[in-house]
Amino acid sequence: MDRIDRRGFLECMAWTGSALVWTSTGGVLSSRMVRPAEAAEDTAGAFSFVQISDTHIGFKGQANSDSAATLQQLLDRINALRPAPAFVLHTGDQTHGQKPGAFDTLAEMLKGVKTERIFYVPGEHDVFLDGGKEYLTRYGKGTVGEHGWQSFDYKGTHFVGLVNVLKYKGEGMGALGQDQIEWLEKDLAPLATSTPVVVFAHVPLWAVYPQWGWVTEDAERALTYLKRFGSVTVLNGHIHQVLTKVEGSVKFHTAMSTAFPQPAPGAAPAPGPMKIPETDARRMIGVTEVKLVRGTEPLAIVDSTLG
Amino acid sequence: MKIRIAVMIGLVWLAGSMMAGHALAARSAAVGIKEFKFAPTALEIRTGTTVTWTNRDEETHTITSATGAFASAGLGHDETFAQTFTRSGTYEYFCALHPKMRATVIVK
Repeated sequence: MDRIDRRGFLECMAWTGSALVWTSTGGVLSSRMVRPAEAAEDTAGAFSFVQISDTHIGFKGQANSDSAATLQQLLDRINALRPAPAFVLHTGDQTHGQKPGAFDTLAEMLKGVKTERIFYVPGEHDVFLDGGKEYLTRYGKGTVGEHGWQSFDYKGTHFVGLVNVLKYKGEGMGALGQDQIEWLEKDLAPLATSTPVVVFAHVPLWAVYPQWGWVTEDAERALTYLKRFGSVTVLNGHIHQVLTKVEGSVKFHTAMSTAFPQPAPGAAPAPGPMKIPETDARRMIGVTEVKLVRGTEPLAIVDSTLG
Repeated sequence: MKIRIAVMIGLVWLAGSMMAGHALAARSAAVGIKEFKFAPTALEIRTGTTVTWTNRDEETHTITSATGAFASAGLGHDETFAQTFTRSGTYEYFCALHPKMRATVIVK
């Protein structure tokens, strides 16, 4: 990969109904696509976790006639991982427009995942109908003030789950809000700058494409508290494609959807489910391996397709 | 005399509202949703008109009043939502999933 312009971002489109496995070795994270029976590195203190996103249970259309079926294929792949992932992060849009019964269907399916725990943040599809009532009833417990945001530590890495879809009004942008940003500042304050930090949220925390609302309007404020850390990884969903950006020690990464792809920014009149014949979709199956980074040097990012 | 006038006014009022009631059933208007846009973006109707929105996108959209006057659930492809406007005024609405999608119903 060529050196990357720090202000620019690297883009690769790939869809497969798939998920990413993140492996942490000594605080340095790398990612790869989920593939069956793939062994994680057996390094002392290393661990892996899986990110799934945009499962859109309840979606049925030309882009995917059965979003539960593609998710199940993916869950089978996750269950074939050895060792099993320490935990799973779901970065939102569990349901498609809060279709009746969709939360239940997903919860039932995820019971079959062989992992210690699943952490959630909501997508706008999970909360728009009732302002997050149903979502927070299910997943708010144990989060800060039962607002849905949270942090936890795992083997020396600090994880922060943020909610940026509950103030999703007006300009069509994701937003964190004053309370959450203040909490984040306090949450990060006691940590040494050498602590690896992983932040996960639904809408990208950088301006991917504001014209389509692919941006969190007050993310810059949150990032001011993250910039002092030597290793920050930001994991998002929402846009249904892999995009990566590196800015200083902060690496941004968006995940694919397990349900359907969306067009690249500006590549269509509007965002939304992209209709692709199954055979073509297979050819677009992608692998992204990312090595996390120190300081301000550009990253080596390798993208390759399976098909 | 006063009573008689009051009764007459009452009858006129009653006839008027019956006519309005009749018109209520007859008036209708349509708004389409395609490529993340409402069309028309400004719809002018008379009191009692029923507006039906149809989502032509694969993506789910909603019809959500800015003031909370009405709100649809998520509409999938080719699904519809209908709302009858019984009072005059300007009703701004948007899509709760894509709030940049905005439009207005003007009821006269």
